[in-house]
Amino acid sequence: MTAPLALGPARAVPLSAVNPVAQLSAIAVLTVVLLVSGDLVTPAVVLAAELALFPAAGLTRPREVLRRTWPLLLSAAGVAWVNVAFGALDGTAAWLSGATWGLRVVALALPGVLLVAATDPVRLADALTVHWRVSTRFAYGALAALRLVPLLAAEWETIRSARRARGVDAGANPVAAARLVAGTAFALLVAAIRRGTRLATAMDARGFDSGVPRTNARGSVFRRRDGWFVAGAVAVCAAAVGTSVALGAWDPLLG
Amino acid sequence: MRDVDLRIAPGERVLLTGASGSGKSTLLRALGGLLDPEGGDATGELTVDGVAPDRCRQRVGTVFQDPDSQLVMTRAGDDVAFGLENVGTPPERIWPAVDAALDAVGFDLGRDRPTGALSGGQKQRLVLAGALAPRPGLLLLDEPTAQLDPAGAALVRDAVGRAVAGRGATLVVVDHDAPAWLPLVDRVVELLPGGGAVEHGPGWTPPPLRFPGRHPHPPGEPLLTADAVGYTHRGSAVPALPPTDVVLRAGRTLAVTGPNGTGKSTLALLLAGLRAPTTGRVTAAPPLTAGLRRPDRPPARWRAAELVDRIGTVFQQPEHQFLTGRVRDELSLGPLRSGAGAAQARATAEELLERLGLAPLAEANPFTLSGGQQRRLSVATALATRPRVLVLDEPTFGQDRDTWAELVALLAEQQDGDRALCLVTHDAAVVAALADDVLTLGAPVAVP
Repeated sequence: MTAPLALGPARAVPLSAVNPVAQLSAIAVLTVVLLVSGDLVTPAVVLAAELALFPAAGLTRPREVLRRTWPLLLSAAGVAWVNVAFGALDGTAAWLSGATWGLRVVALALPGVLLVAATDPVRLADALTVHWRVSTRFAYGALAALRLVPLLAAEWETIRSARRARGVDAGANPVAAARLVAGTAFALLVAAIRRGTRLATAMDARGFDSGVPRTNARGSVFRRRDGWFVAGAVAVCAAAVGTSVALGAWDPLLG
Repeated sequence: MRDVDLRIAPGERVLLTGASGSGKSTLLRALGGLLDPEGGDATGELTVDGVAPDRCRQRVGTVFQDPDSQLVMTRAGDDVAFGLENVGTPPERIWPAVDAALDAVGFDLGRDRPTGALSGGQKQRLVLAGALAPRPGLLLLDEPTAQLDPAGAALVRDAVGRAVAGRGATLVVVDHDAPAWLPLVDRVVELLPGGGAVEHGPGWTPPPLRFPGRHPHPPGEPLLTADAVGYTHRGSAVPALPPTDVVLRAGRTLAVTGPNGTGKSTLALLLAGLRAPTTGRVTAAPPLTAGLRRPDRPPARWRAAELVDRIGTVFQQPEHQFLTGRVRDELSLGPLRSGAGAAQARATAEELLERLGLAPLAEANPFTLSGGQQRRLSVATALATRPRVLVLDEPTFGQDRDTWAELVALLAEQQDGDRALCLVTHDAAVVAALADDVLTLGAPVAVP
């Protein structure tokens, strides 16, 4: 009864060769600059650099790109529209403000899309625990929990079918529908807790978090090219701010 | 579990068996040092290598039932390495140990194989490799084949046989399906439900299963017909169920068998009107459609209240089906939903409680019942609305011999009521005991 959903290892793409903590550092740099800038030029330049990285993350087919970015594009459009419709400005200024906000949202969120597309969750946990001393209990516990998500999706389907088999459905009544969803969600929560408990017992039995310092079989190496990647992100930010200042558009939100 | 005296010598291979509720799994968890001291009262003394079990966990490897609740990593090799990393094995010694463990269980798909894409049997093999990799002195197996099809179970038992051969490791297996393990163990210990344990001598075999008497019916009128029904998950290229023809007739029992992943459970959902097929069509005959608001519609589009007294479904996991806090309410829910009056629903519930021996539990919460009781209750809830068609997904899954016999007798009774039964099962004994016709998915096979 399980749907063919499986959280597999991520496909190896050129960007996968960059250490996940280098990618996270680059994201941090971009985020700070984008949050400070208030103009249209800065996010536009950053966005151009991000789009140039798409092929390296294996995102070349428009369908695949759209599948991964549609929620983001939708929310960016929403933010832009709110600014145009409800902002204090009128006419061209309003449209400019809307476009700026939309571009900022896209430029802020795209690095996350790239990270998810190119990074194996196991490598991310390895890198976080090796380089940033994130607790292994947290990193590998989260990893194990992530494996359960597709199983829960299948379980939701089963619980819904089981309720229908017992004669319980909502028909056209929205109140009944809400109650049914709430009941199914509760049953799923119970199922998730039971499964999580079993997983925790199994991890316990395998000596997880038993007080012995954990080793890492795969290791995680921060190479020179990872340093260059972060430097590249800094350079992109510098270029973006430089262009903006040169064009006279620079309009920092802080200070 | 209480009053158990047991001494296991190093290197011994012991099967712990007994009815469900006899405390087999509790004893195994106690040996592994995995019991929560706050979760119950302990009496007596238990030592492993002369010390309390939680002080020598590193020398114990454990395998549980459900492979999906034991795998942590996304790749096969990484998962076997997980236990070694946890005990602080130096990285350069990990990969040789991983390869040795994979080899010991006969897992030859490679370290990089994604764990999500493995069959249940292969997953469980991998879990076993993970337990063996730190070279434990004691290997504990808690019904490791209970969730697998016969082929997967054989794969795991074969892996256990290979892995313990030539190692001095002590082995304790818990399983109520004793015969399959007899070739692999030196001793059989049966825990008794009332407390205590008995040791069975060499050459012991469990008493044979009790088969009910049956009166096969001639094929009656068709109730439900499936024409080339198939199902493909959205976004998947491979169908979960390729187009299949099925006819369920009054008074007849169809067993659907075949390896895991051939779409048996999917077929059950389509026949039960719980999912619409992506190809083909399920058609209900007039005896079923009488009284429907829209008799031209297929079962998947009937209202749930119309479905519940026409096609009854019993799911693999009983807990999925329980919706109330009392056994009595659980039994009257279906009749109430299908429009029976409160008095009639109550009368139906009382009658089923008596007949299935659940009367002493009428006020209990369904979730607190034992596995066997839950199974009986889930069948009873489906019977409460007297559906003409009954679809059961693995009804004997994980049941001990007593519950098995009770269930099979209960289902044999239903065959006499001019009902059509569809049993999805791996259990060859159930097929032998109940089936009139057999449909084997995966490979087309003629009906006997």
